[in-house]
Amino acid sequence: MARDRHISGRHIPEPPRPERHKRRRSRNLALAAVLLGLVVLFYAVTLVKFGGS
Amino acid sequence: MSDTTLRVGSRGHPSTFEDLSGAGDYFALLKPRVMSLVVFTGFTGLFLAPGDLHPVLAAVALLCIAVGAGAAGAINMWYDRDIDAVMKRTRNRPLPAGRIDPGAALGFGVTLGIGAVVIMGLAVNLVAAALLALTIGFYVFVYTMWLKRRTPQNIVIGGAAGAFPPMIGWAAMSGEVSLAPVLLFAIIFMWTPPHFWSLALYSRNDYEKAGVPMLPVVAGTRKTKKQILLYAIGLAPLVMAPYALGMFGALYGVTAAALGALFVLGAVCVWFDGTDASAKRMFAFSILYLFLLFTVMIADRMIVGGPAPASAAMCPLGICV
Repeated sequence: MARDRHISGRHIPEPPRPERHKRRRSRNLALAAVLLGLVVLFYAVTLVKFGGS
Repeated sequence: MSDTTLRVGSRGHPSTFEDLSGAGDYFALLKPRVMSLVVFTGFTGLFLAPGDLHPVLAAVALLCIAVGAGAAGAINMWYDRDIDAVMKRTRNRPLPAGRIDPGAALGFGVTLGIGAVVIMGLAVNLVAAALLALTIGFYVFVYTMWLKRRTPQNIVIGGAAGAFPPMIGWAAMSGEVSLAPVLLFAIIFMWTPPHFWSLALYSRNDYEKAGVPMLPVVAGTRKTKKQILLYAIGLAPLVMAPYALGMFGALYGVTAAALGALFVLGAVCVWFDGTDASAKRMFAFSILYLFLLFTVMIADRMIVGGPAPASAAMCPLGICV
């Protein structure tokens, strides 16, 4: 069944399922990268702050 | 950010929402093009300021400025999603295009904004964190929510938000704010109206349709062109002030004078041109102008070397630049 949407009078077609999975995957990968980046960031800041530099 | 059906707010949006967003849509919420200019001017403030901030902490400061600016952009897009849907220039943004749930966009912006301020405060210093919080707050509450839909002076006063980043960079490096970063603030503050009014000149139909009282919509094309010219004329001596106060050498002085003259020339072309072509050129040139001006500040300092010395020439009226 088509699940197209209308927003502000504009027709937004539902993307095909593989496309939605691709988008969700890209979000998950980006979130993983952000979390990893935060780990590295806090590690580096801690080293600098407590390293007496 | 799940694929489940979500309830969202009003403002012309459906009562149910299936999140179709990708990572690129969240990145677009950060207004990356605006962010690049903010990061660059923030870096210039950081580079010019006296101090000995560790390079890692300097990088963290820049990251916080970038993320803070992006957060403000995301909250702006959340609030303005109704008018963005009407305007041709913005209707394909992730929110009006229906790819991101408005609540998720707001949460994204608020989380990033708080995170950027907290990390700036913990890793760099409290002055920079306070200025970053002030910038985000000013952009969201003063510009976006208060001024933008109410007055043609929206971008004149709201322009302060875009002018803060060099001051934040300066405060991150030195831990304080002196006359020099205030001068950098003043330059961007004065540059903002002709920059945005050039855009508004050739997008006035869009703004009118969306009910945003930009100057060309409210006061007409002629008065807007006159204001662009007046601001350009006012900007020319202002960009010479750092040279006159001894902050920079001849390289900056000559380049700033040439750029100032070109900016006025651009405004004169806009004044005489009956079409939108000059306004489009002026808008593009204004971005290049700011990039070049701040680049030459860095280049001049690299040639002269070191942070600004506290000479008598730099302490007019006893206030050291």
